[in-house]
Amino acid sequence: MIQDHRDELVRLDQAIGDADHGENMKRGFTAVVARLDAEPPDTPGKVLKLVATTLISTVGGAAGPLYGTAFLRAASAVGDASELDCDTVARALQAALDGVIARGKAAVGDKTMVDALTPAVAAASCAEGTVAAALAAAADAAAEGANSTVPMVARKGRASYLGERSAGHMDPGSRSTALLLRSFADTAAKS
Amino acid sequence: MKKIINDPETVVQDALRGMQAAHSDLLTVHHDPAVIVRADAPVAGKVALISGGGSGHEPLHGGFVGRGMLAAACPGPVFTSPTSDQVVDAIARTDGGAGALLIVKNYTGDVLNFEMAAELAETEVRSVVIDDDVAVKDSLYTAGRRGVGGTVLLEKIVGAAAERGDDLAACEALALRVIASVRSMGLALTACTVPHVGEPSFELADDEMEIGIGIHGEPGRQKVPVSTASEMVAALLEPILSDLPFSSGDRVLLFTNGMGGTPLIELYLAHGIAEQLLADRGITVERRLVGPYITSLEMQGMSITLLRLDDEMVELWDAPVHTPALRWGV
Repeated sequence: MIQDHRDELVRLDQAIGDADHGENMKRGFTAVVARLDAEPPDTPGKVLKLVATTLISTVGGAAGPLYGTAFLRAASAVGDASELDCDTVARALQAALDGVIARGKAAVGDKTMVDALTPAVAAASCAEGTVAAALAAAADAAAEGANSTVPMVARKGRASYLGERSAGHMDPGSRSTALLLRSFADTAAKS
Repeated sequence: MKKIINDPETVVQDALRGMQAAHSDLLTVHHDPAVIVRADAPVAGKVALISGGGSGHEPLHGGFVGRGMLAAACPGPVFTSPTSDQVVDAIARTDGGAGALLIVKNYTGDVLNFEMAAELAETEVRSVVIDDDVAVKDSLYTAGRRGVGGTVLLEKIVGAAAERGDDLAACEALALRVIASVRSMGLALTACTVPHVGEPSFELADDEMEIGIGIHGEPGRQKVPVSTASEMVAALLEPILSDLPFSSGDRVLLFTNGMGGTPLIELYLAHGIAEQLLADRGITVERRLVGPYITSLEMQGMSITLLRLDDEMVELWDAPVHTPALRWGV
């Protein structure tokens, strides 16, 4: 998913940042896939932790620590559960959001990944009880959240240097967040 | 895209191999994670001054590794901050028992990765963040000012203090004093092309220049028509002078920096104009540096940095330094 959208993320970042987001995310998730294939962890929490440490050591930029912290907090929320139920997934998403906010100190409206992750967490309802349904709702909300960043003026990260000139472009971090959640939802729907 | 590269994916590691070959007397390059360490590290009893950032700004930072300046530099991918494990590794390799001072340029990615490294390191670590670019408004609504040309002066002056044996607290206090006294601004005549992107990072017409650029190919404050060198220098100096502010009677270091694609003849031309403008204001230029020291790949353009000097800063600036890019007194 990230591989397929590398060029799109580069283009979004080129408009208001420094054109490295797509390349950084591709490098990170290529390493994640390689490590998961080499030594598949036996619980969801361990998978999340492996993803976190891999992203921290390979992505660089702001996205490395931010996604790393998100996956690390999600891993803690999941604990050593052998399977994920809907409540656990919702808790993990909330923990990820809390981690991103703590690390990056961004709020809704700053034109960052928080604008995609916040509505995703709110939408991850367990009313239907299935992980797939909750993640699908989260992915839809994240995509809308990413779209909502287009008219925003950036207040965090490199795009903030542009001031008003940052408006009119989608935030690349919110887009990659939406892509990741879509990928989780698709995977959950298949399993 | 025309560049002297084999593969956009391996530009940094390929360049690091050449750097090792060229300067093995001064530094050692470690790979995975990538860290450039001074050849005699760790130096017992001395504070290890460590910096790093995206590649593409050479000679910053690796070119400033050596006696009297940096103990180590952490090169990230082009225009992307290094990861925290690079910084942790640099701290461990240079630990002489007196702690480490991290010099961090104020970019979100750099700040976050160095912050995580400081949390993970097993040595006493302090960090300072340099944010000398007056082109960015420092407000609640931005990530704050960027670290640019002042970084070079900061690394030289604090590196000299670490070399003479100042302790960690003294090095940190000096660094904060330099940061409080230095201001910069830059302009671009052309954009630059990041190897893995393959096309210029922003659009500039033949008759336009971008004022207030950073060092990552990001656009600046505004596009304006290309003017004379005198007008360009004034456009950079005025915001710098009024920001600190600098005033008549001040003693300064004037640093005229090339962005990578500007010939020295143009830099000297601009530098001469800047000296005259400062003399007209009653500001005494006591030290100067001219050349491409913090660059943005092949970008044509320049930046001007002014540092308000005191006696100790002058003494530390003049102290011996032996690195690939700065060398005197040895």
